[in-house]
Amino acid sequence: MKFGVLVFPGSNCDDDMVYTLGQVLQQPVEKVWHKNTSLKGIDFVIVPGGFSYGDYLRSGAIAQFSPIMAEVVKHAKQGGYVLGICNGFQILTEAGLLEGVLLKNDHQKYVCKNIYLKAQTKKTLLTQALSLKKSYKIPIAHGDGRYYADKDTLKKLNDKDQVLFRYCDEAGKITKAANPNGSLENIAGITNKARNVFGMMPHPERAANALLGNTDGKLILDSLLTVMA
Amino acid sequence: MDQKVDFPETARKLGLIEEEYHQIIGILGRKPNFTELCIYSAMWSEHCSYKNSIVWLKKLPKDSPRMLAAAGEENAGLVDIGDGYAVSFKIESHNHPSAIEPYQGAATGVGGINRDIFTMGARPIAQLNSLRFGELSNPRTQYLIKGVVKGIGDYGNAFGIPTVGGEVFFDESFTINPLVNAFSAGIVRTDSVARAIAQGKGNPVFIVGSATGKDGIHGASFASKDITEDSAKDLPAVQVGDPFQEKLLLEATLEAIQTGAIVGIQDMGAAGIICSTAEMSAKGEVGMDINLDAVPTRQEGMLPFEILLSESQERMLLVVKKGKEQQIERIFEKWDLNCVQIGEVTDTGVLRFMILGDTVAKVPAESLVLGGGAPVYHRAYEEPAYFKEYQQFHIEQVKLPKNYKKVAEHLLSHPNIASKRWVYEQYDSMVGTANQSTNEPSDAAVVAIKGTNKSIVITVDCNSRYVQAHPEEGCAIAVAEAARNIVCAGGEPLAITNCLNFGNPYNPEVYWQFVGAIKGMKKACEKFGTPVTGGNVSFYNQSSDEGPVFPTPTIGMLGLLEEPTHKMTLDFKQVGDLIYLLGESKNCIASSQYLYSCVGTKASGTPRFNLEDEFELQKVIKKLIRKGLIRSAHDVSDGGLFITLAESAMIRDLGFSIKTDGKFRKDAYLFGESQSRIVISVAKEQKEKFEKWMRGRGVNYTRLGRVIKTGYRVDGEVLISSKKAKALYNNTLGKYLEK
Repeated sequence: MKFGVLVFPGSNCDDDMVYTLGQVLQQPVEKVWHKNTSLKGIDFVIVPGGFSYGDYLRSGAIAQFSPIMAEVVKHAKQGGYVLGICNGFQILTEAGLLEGVLLKNDHQKYVCKNIYLKAQTKKTLLTQALSLKKSYKIPIAHGDGRYYADKDTLKKLNDKDQVLFRYCDEAGKITKAANPNGSLENIAGITNKARNVFGMMPHPERAANALLGNTDGKLILDSLLTVMA
Repeated sequence: MDQKVDFPETARKLGLIEEEYHQIIGILGRKPNFTELCIYSAMWSEHCSYKNSIVWLKKLPKDSPRMLAAAGEENAGLVDIGDGYAVSFKIESHNHPSAIEPYQGAATGVGGINRDIFTMGARPIAQLNSLRFGELSNPRTQYLIKGVVKGIGDYGNAFGIPTVGGEVFFDESFTINPLVNAFSAGIVRTDSVARAIAQGKGNPVFIVGSATGKDGIHGASFASKDITEDSAKDLPAVQVGDPFQEKLLLEATLEAIQTGAIVGIQDMGAAGIICSTAEMSAKGEVGMDINLDAVPTRQEGMLPFEILLSESQERMLLVVKKGKEQQIERIFEKWDLNCVQIGEVTDTGVLRFMILGDTVAKVPAESLVLGGGAPVYHRAYEEPAYFKEYQQFHIEQVKLPKNYKKVAEHLLSHPNIASKRWVYEQYDSMVGTANQSTNEPSDAAVVAIKGTNKSIVITVDCNSRYVQAHPEEGCAIAVAEAARNIVCAGGEPLAITNCLNFGNPYNPEVYWQFVGAIKGMKKACEKFGTPVTGGNVSFYNQSSDEGPVFPTPTIGMLGLLEEPTHKMTLDFKQVGDLIYLLGESKNCIASSQYLYSCVGTKASGTPRFNLEDEFELQKVIKKLIRKGLIRSAHDVSDGGLFITLAESAMIRDLGFSIKTDGKFRKDAYLFGESQSRIVISVAKEQKEKFEKWMRGRGVNYTRLGRVIKTGYRVDGEVLISSKKAKALYNNTLGKYLEK
C-alpha cells in the first residue's frame, strides 16, 4: 500500500506529510507533482495543506484545475482513498469530492494553535481506531476554515453519519467557545457518501512526533493503517 | 581638479552630498548622467554602503572556528554545526516601509530576509521577529500593529516557514517610527553552499522570478532619511510582496543550486538590479554587460533608472556556467517562473547597462560597493545631556508600594509583559513539524534539524529602555540575555546577527548611542564567544517632531542543541517541586517596567549587570541541565522575579509560594530587573544532590519556596489568584486590539 502526497505550487505541508508517513509511520510514500497525469500505483492520495496558487481567487479554487486533479477525481470515483488536510480539504470541496465550503474564519484572522477534536463516528477508515469519548489535541493553522453547508446538505451529513470530527474543549464538550473559526455545528472534518474521501481542517501530521510533545495526531493517522496494513 | 563644477540640484535631491558628487566625477573622469547619479545615490546610501557605520562595525568580533562566512562576505552569516551541515541566519529591518505602509512593509521584510537565506542554498526552517511600537492605547499603534502582524503572517504563512518566536515592545518613542526586524535561519549542507559572486568571462547573467515593476524605486535612499510628514509621498518607495512567488522561487532556486551549474547567485533586495550586479561583480573582480531591455517588466516604457533601482520583490540574479543555460531554464519553467538571460560577465571590471544597444550607464563595479569606492565617514559623537541625569537615579528616591497586589496586576497586564498570544497565533508556528517549543516552551525557540539529532536554538533580544539608559551596558545586557535564553533552553550559544536601529547618525548624540552600543556588543560577544556574522544598520529612525527612537540594537542569537535530551523547558512541572533562584538579588529597580510604568520614573540607569557573574551563571546552568538536576529554567527579565515565577507557573495552571529576603527592599526583590538571575525548579528528591552540587560553584543559590496547586503566594499572602493572573496575562493585547 502506497501513499501519494500531491504537490501544487504553494503547497507547504507536503514535506511534513511525507516525513510523517515515511519516517514516523514507516509507510511507503512519494510526492506527486501537480502537472502529472497519472497516479501510477498510488493507493492513498493525500492532498496536503499550504497555499496552493497562493490561495489567490479563493482557497483551493485554482488547484482543482491542475492536471493531476482529474486523476484524483477518477481515483475517488473508483473507491480509492483520498484525504485532504487544511488547504487539501478546501481543494476537495472546490473539486466537488466533498460537500460544503470553507469560508473565512468568523473572526477574520488567520489562526494557528492547538485545538481539541472529538471523533463523531467509528465507521470510517480515518476514525475507526479512535475513541468517541476522548478529546484529541491537534493543531489548526488556517484563515479560511469555517465549514459551511446549506441546511439540506448539513442534515444529510448528519443523517448519513458523514461528520468525522467536531471541535470541542479539553474535556470533550462541544461548545461555542471551543469553536475556533465559526464552523457550522463545530464541524472540523467530514467524509463523502461512499466514505472513501476525507477532509479535515486540523493537521494530524503536526502532532505525530514525540519530539514535538504531542502525538494525538499519530493516533488519527494510525487509524488509517489498521486496515491498510 | 573639478573645483569649478557646480553641484547640481538633481544630485542633492537624490540624497548625495557635494563631496560625494565630486568623488563620482573623479571616478568616472566626467560628469555622471542621470542614470549614473541614481546608481551612486542608491549604492552610496547608508542602507547599501554602511558609510556611517562601517568604521565601528569593523571593531566587532568576527571569528570563531565555526564560521564558514564572515560578516559582510555573503548574504548572511554561515555557521558550521558539524555532520556536514551549516546554519545560515540573519536579521534585517523594514522600519521605514512599515511606518507608512505597515502591511506591505512588514510582509516584504519577511520576504527579503528569507531570500538572503535561500540565496545561499539554505532552506529556511524558522523565523523570528522583533517589533516595537508606540503605546498600545494609541490608535496609530493599533493601526500599525494590526497591519504589521497581518503582513508578517500572510507572507510567512503562505511561504510556509514557521514563525517560532520573537518580541514585541511598546514605548512612546516608537509612535511615529515603529521597528520591524525580521530574522530567519536556514540549513544547508556545507558542500552545497552558493556564493554571491560573478566569475568567468562570457558566463551568462540571468534574472529569475517576478517581473520588474515601478515599486520600491529609491527604497534604499528612502530608508536613509528621517520620517517626516512628507514621507507618505515616498509610498512608491515601498515594495509589494507576493509570498506565492517567493515560495516558488525558494523551491526553484534550491533545485537550481543543486545542479552545480550556478557560479553565483544573489537576491535582489535594496537597490535591486544595480546592487546585485555591482556586489557580485566587485567580489569576483569582473564586470558585466547588461541589456536592460531584456529584463521582464510589469509595464511598458520603464526608464533605465527605474529598471535598475526597482526593488520589486521575489527576484534573483544568477551567473550560470556557460553551456548549462538550458538546465537552469528548465527548472524555472517547471515552477512557472521567469528565467531570462540579460547579459554576460566581462573581464573589464565595469558595469555597462544598455538599452537596445545604446549604453545608458557605465560605472566601475568596485566604485559602488562597501570596501571599494563607497565613501566611509567618521561621524562625530557626543554624550547627550540626559545621560548624566539618568545616572543620578537612586532607589531611595522611590517609596515602597503600599499595595503589592496592585503592582502585580499592573505588571501582568502591561502590554510589554502580557502574553503576545494575539500576535503569535496569527503566525503559522508549526509548519515544518520541527518546532519543539509549541507544546513545551523554553526561554528560546528550539527547532529540530531533520535528519540529525540536533536542533537550533534561537532568540531575538533587546531591551530598548536599558540601551537608552546606558548604550554600552544596555547592549551588553541584550547579548547576555540572548545567551542566557539559549542556555536556559539547553543550547550552546554560537553566534549573533544584529539589527542596529538608531536615529539620525548626523546627530552626534544619536551617534554616541550607536558607538556605545557597539562597544557593549563587542565586549559581551567576546566574552560569550559569539562572533557577529552580519546583520543590518537602520539609521534615521526618527520623526521630525518627536526625535529619535530608543536606541535598539536587536540581537538575534543562534545556539545549538546537540541532543534532544539536553533541552530544558521553562514551566514548573508539579506541585511540591522546590523553587530556587540562581544568581544574586540586588537592591535595584533601575529601568524596570515597575519603575517606568508603575512608579512613573522614566529616568534611571541600567539594571545592575556584571559580565563575569553572568558568564559564571551560564556555565552553572548548562551543567545543571546536563546533570539532570533541575526540572525547569526561566531567566529573570522584564517584570522581575515575580513575573518570572508567574510565567513558569501559568503554563500548567500551577501556583507558587515563596518568601522574600528582608535584606532587600521588597519591591526590588520582586519586581527589580537586575541581571544574571534564573529561576529553576528542582524535584524534592533531588534537593540534597542539587544543593551539594551547587556548593562551592561560586554562584549564589537561594531557596525561594515551592510549587503549589494554585495561587501566587508571597510571604504567606496571595498576591493574585492563578486564574485572575492568567486572564490578565492572556487577554491584555486582545482587549486593545479586538474592540
